[in-house]
Amino acid sequence: MTATPAALAKDTAARGPVARRLSARPELGAMVGAVAVLVFFALAADGFLRPAGLGTVLYAASTIGIMAVPVALLMIGGEFDLSAGVMVTSSALVSSMFSYQMTANTWAGVAVSLLVTLAIGFFNGWTLTRTRLPSFIITLGTFLMLTGLNLGLTKLIGGTVSTRAIGDMEGFASARAVFASDITVGGFQLRITIVWWLALVAAATWILLRTRAGNWIFATGGNADAARAVGVPVDRVRVGLYMGVALAAWISGQHLLFSYDVVQSGEGVGNELIYIAAAVIGGCLLTGGHGSAAGAAVGALIFGMTSKGIVYAQWDPNWFKFFLGAMLLLATLLNAWIRKRAEASS
Amino acid sequence: MNGTSTAAAGSPTALVELAGVGKRYGNATALEGVSLAVRPGEVVCVLGDNGAGKSTLIKIISGLHRHDGGAFRIDGEEVRLASPREALDRGIATVYQDLAVVPLMPVWRNFFLGSEPVTGRGPLRRLDTAAMRRTTREALLRMGIDLRDVDQPIGTLSGGERQSVAIARAVHFGARVIVLDEPTAALGVKQARVVLRYVAAARDQGLGVVLVTHNPHHAHLVGDRFVLLRRGSMAGSHAREEIALDELTRQMAGGSDLDRLGHELARTRPSGPDRGAP
Ligand SMILES: Nc1ncnc2c1ncn2[C@@H]1O[C@H](COP(=O)(O)OP(=O)(O)OP(=O)(O)O)[C@@H](O)[C@H]1O
Ligand SMILES: [Mg+2]
Repeated sequence: MTATPAALAKDTAARGPVARRLSARPELGAMVGAVAVLVFFALAADGFLRPAGLGTVLYAASTIGIMAVPVALLMIGGEFDLSAGVMVTSSALVSSMFSYQMTANTWAGVAVSLLVTLAIGFFNGWTLTRTRLPSFIITLGTFLMLTGLNLGLTKLIGGTVSTRAIGDMEGFASARAVFASDITVGGFQLRITIVWWLALVAAATWILLRTRAGNWIFATGGNADAARAVGVPVDRVRVGLYMGVALAAWISGQHLLFSYDVVQSGEGVGNELIYIAAAVIGGCLLTGGHGSAAGAAVGALIFGMTSKGIVYAQWDPNWFKFFLGAMLLLATLLNAWIRKRAEASS
Repeated sequence: MNGTSTAAAGSPTALVELAGVGKRYGNATALEGVSLAVRPGEVVCVLGDNGAGKSTLIKIISGLHRHDGGAFRIDGEEVRLASPREALDRGIATVYQDLAVVPLMPVWRNFFLGSEPVTGRGPLRRLDTAAMRRTTREALLRMGIDLRDVDQPIGTLSGGERQSVAIARAVHFGARVIVLDEPTAALGVKQARVVLRYVAAARDQGLGVVLVTHNPHHAHLVGDRFVLLRRGSMAGSHAREEIALDELTRQMAGGSDLDRLGHELARTRPSGPDRGAP
């Protein structure tokens, strides 16, 4: 009788080792895709592989990647955030307008913006856990409300659709150094967002794979009832994940503000789908429970390479969206296949 | 052999005791006046038809639902559990048939889910992954499950193996009472036997077991006491030596107006009710 489970175990170990390894490393598929895209544009586009070209690509990837990483964690936890795109703009607007209207120091606005943005994330998570409505609906509501608030409040307070310039205010230079400066690494000129992006990937990977919270995120997305039954604080995990997205939206928002010094209140709409697409291309399952931060980072890198590669190749930029749509479909098909193999049981 | 002798006669040694417990969902009564007691090294089987209230009973014991009538005692102390976590902390572990595991997560992560050991301090506080893998392999081996690779997603295991892992998990975390909701329902004969063997192994280690099942044959193999539920009320409570398998089977079917059991009885006992028999 002891032989029965052992024999079964051997049987399952023999079943699809490739799918098993892929399912353990969700980002592998995206990495293959990234190499293919890199080779393609290296051949098709002049200047793509030069330091300036790569710097531009990495910058584009980092602005998406900063958001794609927490969005990926949220998706692994089984939820969406459609408000992530406009939340970035809200964060920048709050920071700019508070500094301009209330104080003389930009850091005050930065701090208030952090609190407000985290509160928006908390609102998303709290409403979700209280109402048990689908996160698609709740964050669609937040998305629409924020879109309206961004435009309405900006116009009400400042009279126009963009904020006033705050470039001459105290603290602007130091805030720009933190959120929107260039740094030189080994002779290369790189935007500081790349550092933020890599730091977020490292932190998110650590949390996912090496902490109790990470275990809980996978379990909440993979089977929330089972997780709750063994004592995982599922609701707290969800609220925390939404606040993680908000934290990243704050970083992105401050970057937006301090690199241009004025903010357009209509920006950000549509970006939420790009973050989700990057996470999905990176191996996150739409249904939750599976994915990685590194995968989302690679997904963002594919976005960066494609958007800038098309420019360097001097093509019609409209092909960008077509290309990304195709990538997304391929990635989802691959994910579905992996999941089927991994879940195939008895 | 009166069908309503109560098992919950207030023995101080009972790990878990229900006395006249009731539960309503809105104005529908799901449970009423149900009593049972589980002592160390004892298997109490809860039998009943679909909708009899078996799952409701389990959810009360495991802290998912609050009872709204009667008394629920753990170690003789009356309790109202606020959450599954509280039940776990008091040594009651529940293995649900359909929500026992997270299929896409590796076996070792599932094994420790909710009770993960950590090592290191401050920001370096992290999962003790090496110990988690090793402990999982060892705990499963002690229960007679030999997995070569604890990194495989638990969804790749068979249904019986998954149940067995969940039982091994409960034993490892020092549960004093294991509650099993229909652990053998979806399993073939061979797999059901594997699971029942782990139930017996847990009992032999001194744990109390509450085993919910449809199947009087499975119940009679391991049970020390049989509590019969019918439409939310107790239809009987028998010690093992008081009742034989065929009598247990008949009692389960006797009060039922469901055709399914009628058929079953007609097939195994030609003298039974001839409803629908060929
Ligand atoms: N959450 C709920 N809300 C309302 N009614 C419920 C709920 N859960 C169960 N019930 C009702 O309570 C009664 C007992 O259900 P329960 O699930 O405990 O039965 P069961 O014995 O486990 O049945 P089965 O063998 O089908 O699993 C049923 O009539 C059921 O419809
Ligand atoms: Mg049930």
